[in-house]
Amino acid sequence: MALLEVKNLEVCYGVIRALKGISFEVNQGEIVSLIGANGAGKTTTMQSIMGLIPIKSGTVTYDGQVINKIPGHKLVSLGMSQVPEGRRVFQELTVYENLVLGAYAQKDKKKIKDDIEEICTRFPRLGDRRKQIAGTLSGGEQQMLAMGRAMMSHPKLLMLDEPSMGLSPLLVDQVFEIIKDYHKSGVTILLVEQNAKKALSISDRAYVLETGAITMEGKADELLNDENVKKAYLGE
Amino acid sequence: MSTVLDGLSLGAIYALIALGYTMVYGIAKMLNFAHGDIIMVGAYAIFVTLAAGGHVGIALLVAVLMCVVFGIVIEKVAYRPLRGASPLAVLITAIGVSYLLQSVAQIIFGAKAQTVSIVSFGTVKIASAEISVSSLITLVVGAVIMAALTLFVKNTRTGRAMLAVSEDRGAAQLMGINVNRIIMITFAIGSALAAFASIFYLMQIPSTEPTLGSMPGIKAFTAAVIGGIGSIPGAMIGGVLLGVIEKICLSVPVLAPYTTAVEFAMLILILLVRPIGLLGKKRREKV
Repeated sequence: MALLEVKNLEVCYGVIRALKGISFEVNQGEIVSLIGANGAGKTTTMQSIMGLIPIKSGTVTYDGQVINKIPGHKLVSLGMSQVPEGRRVFQELTVYENLVLGAYAQKDKKKIKDDIEEICTRFPRLGDRRKQIAGTLSGGEQQMLAMGRAMMSHPKLLMLDEPSMGLSPLLVDQVFEIIKDYHKSGVTILLVEQNAKKALSISDRAYVLETGAITMEGKADELLNDENVKKAYLGE
Repeated sequence: MSTVLDGLSLGAIYALIALGYTMVYGIAKMLNFAHGDIIMVGAYAIFVTLAAGGHVGIALLVAVLMCVVFGIVIEKVAYRPLRGASPLAVLITAIGVSYLLQSVAQIIFGAKAQTVSIVSFGTVKIASAEISVSSLITLVVGAVIMAALTLFVKNTRTGRAMLAVSEDRGAAQLMGINVNRIIMITFAIGSALAAFASIFYLMQIPSTEPTLGSMPGIKAFTAAVIGGIGSIPGAMIGGVLLGVIEKICLSVPVLAPYTTAVEFAMLILILLVRPIGLLGKKRREKV
């Protein structure tokens, strides 16, 4: 069953059609990637799903419910969570405060505390730096924080927008390990990546987005071996 | 000694108003030029309640309530539809709301000043200095309110949400924060602080008129900019600084006529040396 279904999604910035009516779905329990070059509309897709930018037409259905008319802030308590492009941790707040904000929908303070402990076990670096101001963390640590923060709401669907951006190869591997691991705990993943090779290597299925339209879709391992994908996105 | 104390208490008034400017700027990213006029709303609320035979305590309560209601309604009716519009459109709207409030007050109450005497406390002698009791009350209550606000922002769920919205509205929404609600709460708090400012103001100058809020509003805005607009401790420091300088200038005969000029000269000087204000933060470029 599709946990997230996007149908004919169209988004415009002024006269520019950033998304020209794209459709895709993410089934329960899958890891699905959206790959494509800079400016293809990947981030626009992610932001419009979460209500950060208005959509012109089309529908977004989550868990059987049309959500594109629901105010964005209510989507978190439905079980959707997003790690935005560029991490966007709250730079002036501490690691701890960032994590607490990730649990904004949760009012049980004891539960928040326990969840923070759990996140700090998953990301030991964050545990060591609880009181540190997030803006002083390294890029990799900020990515960990952004992911930990998004996990604080116990999502059913975690969306990650370019989690590998600006990270060293070693850290990229770590980030993808964490995503794989988190997926094993039963969370459905929608991943947006420029690093197509990495993304496809952990995904079940993928869609290729080119200038606002989906041009290809299929099983991840098939796309990994597709000549066009290889040429355009895998640098082979 | 008494000059400094008077300055501190005037500073507390400026600080309370400046907090409204700075919080709204920090969180809603707009300059609410109608904020000064909320003080006028509070003053007339007190005037009307007293004239209707209400007790002083009731009058103060009505003032806080009216200011909060005005703040929330103005935000909802005038500013919310402009969310995402150009900052200039919002600025002009705010100036328009300011004139609207003043004009409506003039239609209802007339242009001439009305006497509003809340209570007169007289003075006390502390270490051979005559100190006005209302100054002392203003100072103490003002300090308590500001301390409470600081604790609120730092330690509550709503306070943290305010900080989050102030830094990154989009990311705040991704946390499940209702940004519109946080902005409304900010206006409500700012207006409540303005109500207290109007109470303290009337304790010192027991008279109100439709343009009552203009000058304190501009001074408090100056204070907010001096402190670094968007910064809560900055608004407090800026307000107190401005209040003390104003009272000191007024107590020196040569300087007294130029008091306002001195204050604005100070603004220019500080901005020349530190364009972001004393405690202002440089906005980090987002990747």
